[in-house]
Amino acid sequence: MADVTASDGALRRFLHGLPGVDPVGLEARAAALGTRSIKTTAKAYAIDLAISMIDLTTLEGADTPGKVRALCAKALNPDPTDRGTPRTAAICVYPDMVATAAGALAGSDVKVASVATAFPAGRAALPVKLADTRDAVAAGADEIDMVIDRGAFLAGRYLSVFEEIKAVKEACRREDGSAARLKVIFETGELSTYDNIRRASWLGMLAGADFIKTSTGKVAVNATPANTLLMLEAVRDFRATTGVQVGVKPAGGIRTTKDAMKFLVLVNETVGEEWLTNEWFRFGASSLLNDLLMQRQKLSTGRYSGPDYVTVD
Amino acid sequence: MSDRLSVFKTYKLFVGGKFPRSESGRVYEVTDSKGKWLANAPLSSRKDARDAVVAARKAFGGWSGATAYNRGQILYRVAEMLEGRREQFVAEVAEAEGLSKSKAAAQVDAAIDRWVWYAGWTDKITQVVGGTNPVAGPFFNVSSPAPTGVVAVVAPQESSLLGLVSVIAPVIAGGNTVLVVASEKAPLPALSLGEVLATSDVPGGVVNILSGKAAEIFPSLAAHQDVNAIDLAGADAELAKALEVAAADNLKRVVRPQAVDWAADPGTGRLTAFLETKTVWHPTGSLGAGGSSY
Repeated sequence: MADVTASDGALRRFLHGLPGVDPVGLEARAAALGTRSIKTTAKAYAIDLAISMIDLTTLEGADTPGKVRALCAKALNPDPTDRGTPRTAAICVYPDMVATAAGALAGSDVKVASVATAFPAGRAALPVKLADTRDAVAAGADEIDMVIDRGAFLAGRYLSVFEEIKAVKEACRREDGSAARLKVIFETGELSTYDNIRRASWLGMLAGADFIKTSTGKVAVNATPANTLLMLEAVRDFRATTGVQVGVKPAGGIRTTKDAMKFLVLVNETVGEEWLTNEWFRFGASSLLNDLLMQRQKLSTGRYSGPDYVTVD
Repeated sequence: MSDRLSVFKTYKLFVGGKFPRSESGRVYEVTDSKGKWLANAPLSSRKDARDAVVAARKAFGGWSGATAYNRGQILYRVAEMLEGRREQFVAEVAEAEGLSKSKAAAQVDAAIDRWVWYAGWTDKITQVVGGTNPVAGPFFNVSSPAPTGVVAVVAPQESSLLGLVSVIAPVIAGGNTVLVVASEKAPLPALSLGEVLATSDVPGGVVNILSGKAAEIFPSLAAHQDVNAIDLAGADAELAKALEVAAADNLKRVVRPQAVDWAADPGTGRLTAFLETKTVWHPTGSLGAGGSSY
């Protein structure tokens, strides 16, 4: 696969040579998989799995250290009335909040993820983006969520997007030789076509992404079952071709347990059980956790719960 | 032979301002007092009830925050709309309860008047049950009634329209939102009332009307942590006891079933049953050597 990134022309030929997406078939498949009925023990398993896959996210201009610490406490102990509730996978914050989150999560297995590279627009010069990334890693981020330059991608400058992802991947290295895992956000809602999402997925994976992520959560169209299914197919095909496993993270707009379970069905039916762990599949979400906790309480007590019994974030 | 095909009405639930069928797809046959088939009504499931709680909760902020005057106007608007469809309701109540046309008309008139009665109370109940309290200290102490929240109601079984209006109007007059399980054997006037409410400026979700078996769907509502009060007007003694036990866990307000003459003056009992008293201590300000200036 090395030769496909040798030049702009080669990369373009490769990406445009990928099979076209059948949008009707894709959406029909995603919709059909969304009709599965998941009840009782399977539902309990799915709820716990979904909780353990959440990147509990706060990406607001109004974030304060206090809010970040409160969210960290929630990640560590999502339901204080039931200590058996699994922890979330990670906390996702802006780079300047990484040190606060890392301090609050020290000694736990909950990771600190940081968005970087001039999130969410990605409109900054490369040195700025790399400095943003290095700062976050130095402050203790375990994972970096970068945004691609959609302007360059849509203009057809694939190689420059590729080089940028590679440069950010390099900036994820720590001095001791280890590296933060890199999630590459495509902002699928801005890519216009399913073909573009497939191309972006391959481009990101070729450049060394550890995760490919649908969206920032800051635009009108975020994660949908169809675009997530398409990305799952891409990681499946990528592993079949190169042997490298890449994770998938749908983000934005997933608010209910029912939505989350639909995504888990997509994972199981497309890439299988190997991806059904928080090592390889994540949800970028905030309000989803409360709904999962309410459903979990319903299963354990037999009573429908209400918003009075979960935290207000 | 008539030239026209009959147009049968599909009776549907009223949840969140929309008219869905039961999520379960089930219906049951509704007959008149002599056993003649009238229509199929949706047989609601627990899931329908849960969706209705979500709709009622969503509507609560806006409805409880609306001014009492505005709520009164909307309740009066319900009376206006009901008056406009009086003939339809007279026919439905007559069939449902086996009444003569004149007796059914009296029921419908009383139901319309009941909306007017509670429309008048919305901006007066505060003065009647609230007020200032004498306290020892430099404070104004003011109590005022505030709505309890989401209220689930088992509608009276016999009085299909007047009884129904008599239990839901006081709940929403106070600023609560309500979901009601209509009379099991006579649900059609209740389901038609949904159409009146939908055209009366009542915000979607403030009133949610389900038809079906209270014994099937109400236990999950009585135990539901996001329901703040239940009115067991139409529950039999055995069911009422079970529901009251289920409601104890989150300290719901419970109104027990009691013999009520729905045609009589309703008073304010059902209105105040779903109001909480909020008391505010307000300092009178710094006291000079000469004491309070108030």
